[in-house]
Amino acid sequence: MSEIALPKIDSSILNRRSEIVKKLSKLTNIENVLSEADELRPYETDALSVYTQTPLAVVLPENTEEVSEILKYCHSENIKVVPRGAGTGLSGGALPLQDAILLGLGKFNKILEIDYENKCVVTQPGVTNLGITYAVQHKGFYYAPDPSSQLACSIGGNVAENSGGVHSLKYGTTTNNILGVQMVMMDGTICRFGGKSFDQEGYDLMGLICGSEGLLGVVTEVTVKILKTPEVVRAALIGFPSIKEGGDAASEIISSGIVPAGMEIMDKALIEATDNFSKAGYPRDAELLLIVELDGTESEVNELIKKVEVICKKNNCSSLKLSNSEKERLSFWAGRKAAFPACGAMAPDYYCMDGSIPRGKLAEALLEIKKLSEKYELPVANCFHAGDGNLHPLIMFDGNDKEQLRKTEEFGSEILKTCVRLGGVITGEHGVGIEKRELMCEMFNDNDIQQQLSIKKSLDEKNLLNPGKVYPILRKCAEEGRVHVHKNKDKFPDLPRF
Amino acid sequence: MSTKIKINSQIFQDSNNIYYPKDESEVSDLIRELYKQDSPTEIIGNNSKSFIGNKTQSANTTSLSKISGIIDYRPEELYIKVKACTPINEIEQVLSENNQELAFEPIDFGYIKEGKSNKGTIAGYLSCNYAGSRRFKVGSVRDHVLGFKGVNGKGDIIKSGGTVVKNVTGYDLSKLIAGSFGTLVALTEITLKVLPKKDSSKTVIIYPSNFEQIYDFFNKLSSSSSEISGAVFIPEQSKDKDFVTKKNSVFKFNDLKSNISFIAFRVEGDKISIEEKINNLKKELKLSNSDISTLDVYQSEPFWKKVNNLEVFEKTEHNLIRMVIPPANGSKLCKHLENNHNYFVDWCGSLFWIEVNSKKEEKIKDLKKMAKDFGGYLTVIKTSSEYDYGEAIFTVDKVRLMISEKVKQSFDPKRILNPGKMYRGI
Repeated sequence: MSEIALPKIDSSILNRRSEIVKKLSKLTNIENVLSEADELRPYETDALSVYTQTPLAVVLPENTEEVSEILKYCHSENIKVVPRGAGTGLSGGALPLQDAILLGLGKFNKILEIDYENKCVVTQPGVTNLGITYAVQHKGFYYAPDPSSQLACSIGGNVAENSGGVHSLKYGTTTNNILGVQMVMMDGTICRFGGKSFDQEGYDLMGLICGSEGLLGVVTEVTVKILKTPEVVRAALIGFPSIKEGGDAASEIISSGIVPAGMEIMDKALIEATDNFSKAGYPRDAELLLIVELDGTESEVNELIKKVEVICKKNNCSSLKLSNSEKERLSFWAGRKAAFPACGAMAPDYYCMDGSIPRGKLAEALLEIKKLSEKYELPVANCFHAGDGNLHPLIMFDGNDKEQLRKTEEFGSEILKTCVRLGGVITGEHGVGIEKRELMCEMFNDNDIQQQLSIKKSLDEKNLLNPGKVYPILRKCAEEGRVHVHKNKDKFPDLPRF
Repeated sequence: MSTKIKINSQIFQDSNNIYYPKDESEVSDLIRELYKQDSPTEIIGNNSKSFIGNKTQSANTTSLSKISGIIDYRPEELYIKVKACTPINEIEQVLSENNQELAFEPIDFGYIKEGKSNKGTIAGYLSCNYAGSRRFKVGSVRDHVLGFKGVNGKGDIIKSGGTVVKNVTGYDLSKLIAGSFGTLVALTEITLKVLPKKDSSKTVIIYPSNFEQIYDFFNKLSSSSSEISGAVFIPEQSKDKDFVTKKNSVFKFNDLKSNISFIAFRVEGDKISIEEKINNLKKELKLSNSDISTLDVYQSEPFWKKVNNLEVFEKTEHNLIRMVIPPANGSKLCKHLENNHNYFVDWCGSLFWIEVNSKKEEKIKDLKKMAKDFGGYLTVIKTSSEYDYGEAIFTVDKVRLMISEKVKQSFDPKRILNPGKMYRGI
């Protein structure tokens, strides 16, 4: 997209590149250090692929001690470090810097211990989210947070971004589902927060690390909670003739006291796109599609699904299907899970937004986005984690057309403005990264940002770990370590504060 | 009147020299002035839990008790935003009118302190982060905080989080504030996630014959798809007659046998699913009807209140310890405690409340070593009058203490807020 400001390049580091590569090769196996152009290319970007940058070098350590030695060396030599998990992040959190080492955790790919008695799994951070569930499902257990990228994203990345998924209302996000982490600080100190017991005493440093986007430390081990798979899971697939009626039904389900395991909403554009793509059998005449999933014991689920049926009928649903088998339940989800590739098939590019809004404001938000889509003449498809208020509009555009690019960006900013105006936030689960960095000044005031920067400074005094991410950098709207907002000069100039 | 004059005047203080700022900006002005004067302050709410933690080393006391009231309650959005020192009772009352609750089940520390209910304020709960019996299922206080506002040690008003469940905008400072004992910010506003109340509950009582069996039951209960929302073990401790008498009088229910150790587990939901879950669990635990007692909803609710009020340790004058360990080591700990210290086990085998009836702090030192060896920690919640704090009442290792110092420094560089409350130097 538009050019993004990155921290000032330290040319002395660039000049010392071969010396640095040589030193790194002594700190880990020589094959774990990549420095040739073709070796570096795969690491130029994460899943926010509009931004690319070749790193100084890539290092792929094999154990915690190596991570510690590498960070200690970089700390003493003032070399910046960008940590990277599986590279599936959507906000550019793992975007390399020209004068920084990219520290990949890909070799940390082993599950270390499965402890059924304490209901936890100790794993290295490079193991995929779904890999944990695969390791325990034969005993009837699973790991609850399920971001849509769960097949590929790593648990270490989940900790960095505090990833959620479709089940977060009932089961929480990563922070509610981990018990402990081992982490290496920028100066090489190895530390452990939490373990296999609940609620560590003292400052909840694990809670601070979770969602810190790789700015405070490099996670080298994670202990996650595992849950028993529910006895019965059933889903309802409900079509509505209008956005308002569907949104109202979703709100009423929550206010009636039901806590669904998952509740997803798709608008007409997405119903059509996904149905074309995955042949999910969705009601194509509906303006809005609601998927409600309930889990628990058999009678509990049957009771709740009856209540959902009553609420949806009261709100004039146009179609209603209840899953009667696991196969049927999975077929309800097939289209939703293919939402992103389906949009990818409809336009050369799509831009996925990630705001959160209060549930009750859904109809208002979707109507607003519809108006904006007409204004910018760009198609948009919306999916919404209705349980937890997380909205993902997918704007479709052609990246080769500069004018469309500009309009897409403006459209995106207006959507986020709408989220904040409705009482929500600018990122529900994708993180700030570089993508929404400039918006932080609008979300938070000077004191709020300053407090966060003070924490960063206390744990990484030289600002070497993933610099330039999450917080606006010096030459943009933070000067002399203090942050102030240059009105009308920002990417999202008129977003209100809250 | 300037803040400087105010903090030296009787208008701002009561006869005990306690400051009572009325709103957020007064809290900010007061702390800013104390920061300038390098003058630390103890931070209190309604004083219900101020006995927990070390005694603060400060000349001033700031009570936030006037920062109270509900700001915004949205039952349909499952959140409530309150001023920080709103009493828990007031919050629970208003939630209950909408059939909702604070799912983490606040513990009532009033009973151990003075023998009667004194739940105190939500800021106090957040600062301690001690959740009740439902913790292993629904999470702790920290898992129910969506956002907060407060004043750091420099007098700056700061905020974090919001009102939505999913929010990854900036560091999650709400987690850091939970369990920080008022050493990072003086809280002024808190937003909590609330959940629907369950229709009904039943409690099943089992009478196990040995410690291995207790933990076998706990393990099966926490491994079941038929979810439970509470599981405690109350031992008989036959050698201590006073404890037996107390235990029998606290847990006196028509359908509960006295003079015997028991496990109690709670099942919540609608009536049909409660029966279904109990039947499933009976099969999984291989229990027949003659092995168990069942407390109906009218007995079940008061039973769990008594557990969460710590009523067996009512007005204790001994040291009361809260120890959390991974449950797999629980039976070993039970064996050690048997007829040695009075105790009971909550959180399906993870949380131990232990009364240490000894003047010797060695006993606490031994228990702390044991907690660490088992992969957990302990806190001395209430100290006896003889306790000289030779053994620290919190558990912390060197590296975490070093990082905690840095974090404290970033919020409160001059150690104005509750200095020494948790650790020396913080």
